[in-house]
Amino acid sequence: MDIAFIDNVLFATVRTATPLLLVALGAMMSERAGVLNLGQEGMVLVGAALAFIAAYVTGSMGWGVLAGAFAGMLVSVLFAFIALSLMANQVATGLALTIFGTGLSAFIGADYVGQSITGLSPIAIPLLSNIPLVGKALFAQDLLVYLSFGLFAGLWWIMRSTRLGLIIRAVGENPQAAHALGYPVIKIRYLAVLFGGAMAGLAGAYLSLSYTPMWSEGIAAGRGWIALALVVFASWRTQRVLLGAWLFGFASILHLLLQGYGYDISPNLLGMLPYLVTIIVLVIMMRRKQGIGDAPRSLGRPFSPSR
Amino acid sequence: MRRIRFSPLLAILAILFSASSSADPLKVGFVYVSPVGDAGWTYMHEQARQIVSEEFGDQIETAFVEGVAEGADSERVIRKMAKSGYDLIFTTSFGYMNPTIKAAKRFPKVTFEHATGYKMAKNVGNYMTRDHEARYLAGMVAGAMSKTDVLGFVGAFPIPEVVRGINAYMLGAQQTNPDITMKVIWVNTWHDPAREREAAESLMLQGADVLAMHTDSPAIIQAAEANGKYATGFNSDMSVYGPNAHLTSAMQHWHNMYRDKIQAVLDGSWKPTSVWHGLKQGANDIAPIHSDVPDEIVALVEQHKSQIVAGDRNVFQGPIYNQLNSIMVPEGSQMSDAELLKFNWYVQGIEGKIPQ
Amino acid sequence: MRIEKRLQPSRTMVLMSPVLALVLTLLTGAALFKLLGHPAGLSLYNYFINPISDWYGVSELLVKVTPLLLCAIGLMLCFKGKVWNIGAEGQFIFAALISGYVSLQLLQAEGFWVLPVIILSGALAGMAWAGVAALLKTHFGASEILTTIMLNYIALNLLLWGVHGPLKDPDGYNFPESALFTDQTLLPLLSEDYRVTVAIYIALFMLAVVWFVLSKTLFGFQIRVLGESARAANFVGYNSKLLIWMLLLFSGAMAGVAAVSEVNGPVGQLIPTLNLGYGYAAIIVVFMGRMHPVGILIASFLLGLTYVGGEMVQIEQGMPKSIVGLFQGMLLFFLLACDLLIHYRLVLPNSAIPSFSSRRSKQVVS
Repeated sequence: MDIAFIDNVLFATVRTATPLLLVALGAMMSERAGVLNLGQEGMVLVGAALAFIAAYVTGSMGWGVLAGAFAGMLVSVLFAFIALSLMANQVATGLALTIFGTGLSAFIGADYVGQSITGLSPIAIPLLSNIPLVGKALFAQDLLVYLSFGLFAGLWWIMRSTRLGLIIRAVGENPQAAHALGYPVIKIRYLAVLFGGAMAGLAGAYLSLSYTPMWSEGIAAGRGWIALALVVFASWRTQRVLLGAWLFGFASILHLLLQGYGYDISPNLLGMLPYLVTIIVLVIMMRRKQGIGDAPRSLGRPFSPSR
Repeated sequence: MRRIRFSPLLAILAILFSASSSADPLKVGFVYVSPVGDAGWTYMHEQARQIVSEEFGDQIETAFVEGVAEGADSERVIRKMAKSGYDLIFTTSFGYMNPTIKAAKRFPKVTFEHATGYKMAKNVGNYMTRDHEARYLAGMVAGAMSKTDVLGFVGAFPIPEVVRGINAYMLGAQQTNPDITMKVIWVNTWHDPAREREAAESLMLQGADVLAMHTDSPAIIQAAEANGKYATGFNSDMSVYGPNAHLTSAMQHWHNMYRDKIQAVLDGSWKPTSVWHGLKQGANDIAPIHSDVPDEIVALVEQHKSQIVAGDRNVFQGPIYNQLNSIMVPEGSQMSDAELLKFNWYVQGIEGKIPQ
Repeated sequence: MRIEKRLQPSRTMVLMSPVLALVLTLLTGAALFKLLGHPAGLSLYNYFINPISDWYGVSELLVKVTPLLLCAIGLMLCFKGKVWNIGAEGQFIFAALISGYVSLQLLQAEGFWVLPVIILSGALAGMAWAGVAALLKTHFGASEILTTIMLNYIALNLLLWGVHGPLKDPDGYNFPESALFTDQTLLPLLSEDYRVTVAIYIALFMLAVVWFVLSKTLFGFQIRVLGESARAANFVGYNSKLLIWMLLLFSGAMAGVAAVSEVNGPVGQLIPTLNLGYGYAAIIVVFMGRMHPVGILIASFLLGLTYVGGEMVQIEQGMPKSIVGLFQGMLLFFLLACDLLIHYRLVLPNSAIPSFSSRRSKQVVS
């Protein structure tokens, strides 16, 4: 096993992790603000379909990426309006969004099945990409991967050292108090959900423009759901979302590599591993915090300022 | 034959709007397991439906239901089609076998055809392509083009149909490269392009320089293209997804079988048969071979193809050894169709075990 | 126009909002069909009426309704107690695996006890799977929303493992399906011509039981208190942990029976594609039926109809399957949106009617 091999494994890990990272960062933000949106899968799919269509029609990757993010955001408005303004149950609204998004993406993408585009190509950053081990993984990727790094850094900074981060947390922890202090709870939650939608749309764009540049129905194949697990796994911390996404990506690659080396492991028993680990992490986390945990305290509860 | 409608007014509307022709065309229904937008298996059946629908013109009228789950739903859809006056119904997934047999009992006058299964009845036939023949030819190309002597195969589920294709690919590769080995990775899904791509990347990391798959999407072709490696496609000509990487594809031409079956029903000559067509009948073929492939290899592939078509060669003819180097098919004999239907061992040269 | 909180939930709106949502769905649906170039009237007829225009169609709707309703009955109790069990799907699948295994052991068995044993095994397996979530919630404080989603995936992988491995039919050409069940392990049909089984009676019976429990017993009252607040429940002396356990176990049992109704009913063997999403669809049913027994009965028929109607418009008019997702999504969106009218009222800006409640409530949306 030489250095180049490890380079390549890490490179593949980062690529596998990117869609998960994008969705999970967005989901984390809306959950931090107290909104549980189970519609991630639907938003990813709509983003993927529209990104591909836009890129195919205009011939421009830039428009594709923008269209993906915009489409994800647009369908998340539906969720935001019903769950936030109309105060409907978030679980039900999220499920409705997944069902609707799956149908909508299949519907609008139907004419583009079997079409091919040249996807986003990697851009190696000189010098940096030659660093052993991490160079290729971090600095020889395509624009969307770099964008995901940038978004991660931005969110990490926002959540760690800005007032905005504090406000978002306050809104998720105790919206009544935040409201009393004069913060526009609903508006902040709207923004968080819309941001989550755009991120899910970007993840879709990554799938249909970069990773496997094509459109086929159900191209997300459950990644929206895995990302929801990932947020829990990361206990709603930005840096842990990144680590978790890489870990999920690495585990996924490792499972495939082990098969290639001829290890006889049931793919089904391995397939349940990430979910099992997430439950264990959740339990450990809850234990350590004596039953309080890091989950935003008002997660999933509608807020009405009039109460 | 039209059912009595619930509401007379709407019934009139329905008759007015439905495309009813006076010639009383043969109604042909198709039941698909995934959406036609899967870009793979169902997409190919849908292409075939469009071809025969065009060819037969007014003689037939076709319809399909897509994304029908292989459980209780499939029997309902099949029965509903039979009840709605469909004369010939194609059910295009293995899991439809028992539902098709059950539905057929209730509609003895309707003809059913089930793809990839093994059960038959008075009014149920089955059909399948010998995709392993095209895979064998693709394997010949792959073996010749591998520099590392390692092929990589991405499989969906370890069922006989897939195992058969893997073995055929390997036997073909051995024809052009006696040192060839093959790694197999199971992704446990028919359709997850990103997962298929991950599997392809993993195989290339482990030294595979020519890839193949038995899943739905062209993701492995894209992966090979991005890494400067080669790949062979499946289902359709996938060259558009990787002009440099795509060596050839093992293609399926379902419309040839559909045409025969529909014609037989039109003629009144239909009988329940188990049809397993291959290169000879045009149910399979390989896509044009990449220009990187040396001429003598192309010639050899052509030669083997014509031998298979002529019946002078069988993909699974002896001697065939298993992974433990014991002889499974002695020289001078070949595997029977029944044995092919339950293929559950790897030929020599393939690494790893079939998961149980 | 603004929205104002009502002093009391409007009883009229409890009944009217689903009707309004349905009307809105039909109107939007009609517009959608028009847009696709299909005549709206015919399309709606094919979608909502044609599928049930004869007894066979009705029977097939019942086949679809049975597992939906069974899952929904359990979830309704959970949701009333604000226990957000998203895991009926996993409980269904795990129960299918276990009761399928039991059925395979009893293929040759004879006697009146065979079916009860199979149904019981399904119920117990569903309870066991739900019990995991209950344990994680009551002992570790782990959110049941999150754990049940994870457990759904674990259950699905277990089923795939079973069907691809030890439970595979030895004579099945290595295909990932179990042997076909024998007649004594299949639920009796209501009529030879249809596929409806006695499971629909079980579902209706359980629905009646739950209705009685909810409206007439102390337990029903306790669930409602728990739904208001776990602390309140503890405060008045109810054991909220015990209640959570009971709710999850009951809903697990219902999902388990639903699995038997499907596997030992129209499917008749274990297959890898049992994850049709009944557990998720049942969540929708419960919300559509606004957590009332009669409501979920109607909702399960309506949702079932969106599936079979979707098949009908494919056959009759060549529409794509994605229509089903669009319809279901729209229906649920409209429904959730219209629910607002139960607790709030719309007030026109220059409304001449003096609004008693206006002083005590604030503007929510303008």
